[in-house]
Amino acid sequence: MPVLRMRDALREALREEMQRNPRIFLMGEDIGKYGGSYAVTRGLLEEFGEERVRDTPIAESVIVGCGIGAAMAGYHPMVELMTINFSFLALDQIVNNAAKLLYMSNGQINVPLVIRMASGGGSQLGATHSHSLEGLYAHFPGLKVVCPAFPADAKGLLKRAFRDENTVIFIEHTANYGLRGEVPDDPDFVIEFGQANIVRPGSDVTIVGYSGSVHQALRAAELLAEQEEIEAEVIDLRTLRPLDIATVVESVRKTNRCVVVEDDWKFGGFGGEIAALVMEHAFDWLDAPVARVSSKDVPMPYNRNLEYAALPSEEDVVDAVLAML
Amino acid sequence: MTTRTTATDSIEGISREQLLDFLYQMVFLRRFEEKCGEMYTKGKIRGFLHLYTGQEACAVGAISVLRREDRLVSHYRDHGHAIVKGVDPKRVMAELFGKATGCAGGRGGSMHLYDTSVNFLGGYAIVAGHMPIAVGLGLAAKMSGEDWIAMCIFGDGSIAEGEFHESLNLAALWKVPVLWFCENNLYGMGVHLKESLVTEITKLAAAYEMPAVKVDGMDVIAVHKATREAVEYVRREQRPYFIEAETYRYRGHSMADPELYRVKEEVEEARKRDAIERLRRTLAEHGWLDDEGYQEIERRAEAEVEECVRFAEESPEPSIDTLYDHVLKGDEDARPTNA
Repeated sequence: MPVLRMRDALREALREEMQRNPRIFLMGEDIGKYGGSYAVTRGLLEEFGEERVRDTPIAESVIVGCGIGAAMAGYHPMVELMTINFSFLALDQIVNNAAKLLYMSNGQINVPLVIRMASGGGSQLGATHSHSLEGLYAHFPGLKVVCPAFPADAKGLLKRAFRDENTVIFIEHTANYGLRGEVPDDPDFVIEFGQANIVRPGSDVTIVGYSGSVHQALRAAELLAEQEEIEAEVIDLRTLRPLDIATVVESVRKTNRCVVVEDDWKFGGFGGEIAALVMEHAFDWLDAPVARVSSKDVPMPYNRNLEYAALPSEEDVVDAVLAML
Repeated sequence: MTTRTTATDSIEGISREQLLDFLYQMVFLRRFEEKCGEMYTKGKIRGFLHLYTGQEACAVGAISVLRREDRLVSHYRDHGHAIVKGVDPKRVMAELFGKATGCAGGRGGSMHLYDTSVNFLGGYAIVAGHMPIAVGLGLAAKMSGEDWIAMCIFGDGSIAEGEFHESLNLAALWKVPVLWFCENNLYGMGVHLKESLVTEITKLAAAYEMPAVKVDGMDVIAVHKATREAVEYVRREQRPYFIEAETYRYRGHSMADPELYRVKEEVEEARKRDAIERLRRTLAEHGWLDDEGYQEIERRAEAEVEECVRFAEESPEPSIDTLYDHVLKGDEDARPTNA
């Protein structure tokens, strides 16, 4: 099986889906000649031409709205918003149009649209450029929210996104773009939404993550195994909408402990939703309250040490696990 | 009825029959909206209700130019646009009543009407929020090579929104077939255009390199003629075109509006330009319509509106069992848990 970096796996998905479906076209800021800010779309302009790979003005609202309109008329556009931080400028289009048209029109209008955006902090980009908003988008009924942590998942889930009849918010953590992994080259390889993945089996505690935080969870699990002889089970949610809570609940019923790790802020974040669902479905199995490890409740600082302190780390996860044993 | 022979039996290329139909449609829309206001005070219609009274010449004159396959998106004062595009007015009234037979199954309400069978793709209730969608529709038309265009109706209140500028720019940049149609009724809710815009609307549109014309929005013949030229251009050139129709709404912004921002005399002045009276006079001058003929039109319109109300009254409420339907397409249960 070929080993690819995540950005290359994403590009493979785009290429294969564009070859499969002539109704797919791409548009976004610097996705053409520049090749994408994170080089995901590099080479696609040359391969598919200007009609299907469209550089846009810097105008997030009309980029997304234009995608919605084209989707309403039979196309399956992919819109790249460069980073999730810029999606605030398109929030009305995403929330009021893409997410709600099917419901408001009583099923007459669906919006098959893929909106890709890069997420996460850790690159010293400061407060406006370091958001993790997976949970924000998961808040809205009518959207699907996908946030892969590994190259193979990125490919399989992105290909699946183009076979969906709804709008898919596809979020890629910037720290994962260079990550390498085996990626199937079968053009029919897709990963269904709503299937969490147990990326490390264990029996003592369940650590739940998504997107970038899966890797903190895995590193923490290694530390716990090496230093404390604690075997953590790590679950990668892969999609927040639909959410596979059953896999989490089943694990917690086995380990009796649960830690949720996320790059988002704790207050009002998605980790709270996981904690609540675990309590609703596994309360009698819990030996300790569900713990949440997340970003500190501050805008992201620029200084390297301050930023590291603000982000969740594997040490934070280890501490949370040790505190509940 | 006295008839006078004319050379062409048409005005500005619009046949006598079509002009009589325009008059009927405008009278119908006015009666429809008056009835909506009445039903609102009776509590049959709830939520926000924005009446179209006074602006009928815009919907009737402009949308009558479109073909069925042309896509239309509009703002929240959308009853007239939906009906002229071909949405069954019975289903519009049922929607306002929140009934299952409504054109959005009772899920949308006054500001969110849809009927894809006639390509009425929505009333949009966030100001200018549908303008980017129109660009995408135009792009789809162009890429597909199909012979339809997109029309986007919005109010003067949209002009100061960023999406107006983003959308006009991209439509012109990518040369997509979109007809921008601004219904300038002078007020963005209660703020006069002069207090929200530093320049003229058509100047802004022209700055985005597209033809931009101003038309008397209280004259259905002028609106139709201008739109006909615009649609021909958009279809032929595959480029955007901009029309500003100067109109006026007689009622408040919504049913909740005490109208503190304007004087009664201003409304009375506007009513002197009334589109229905104007077309009625024109038809009478040509000898194509007498008082009896007009009264017949009014009777027919009132009867049809009554039929709409009867249909809405007698229609069932949507079943509570359908609450979760259509959150996501292809997913029977969209709720985010499988525990």
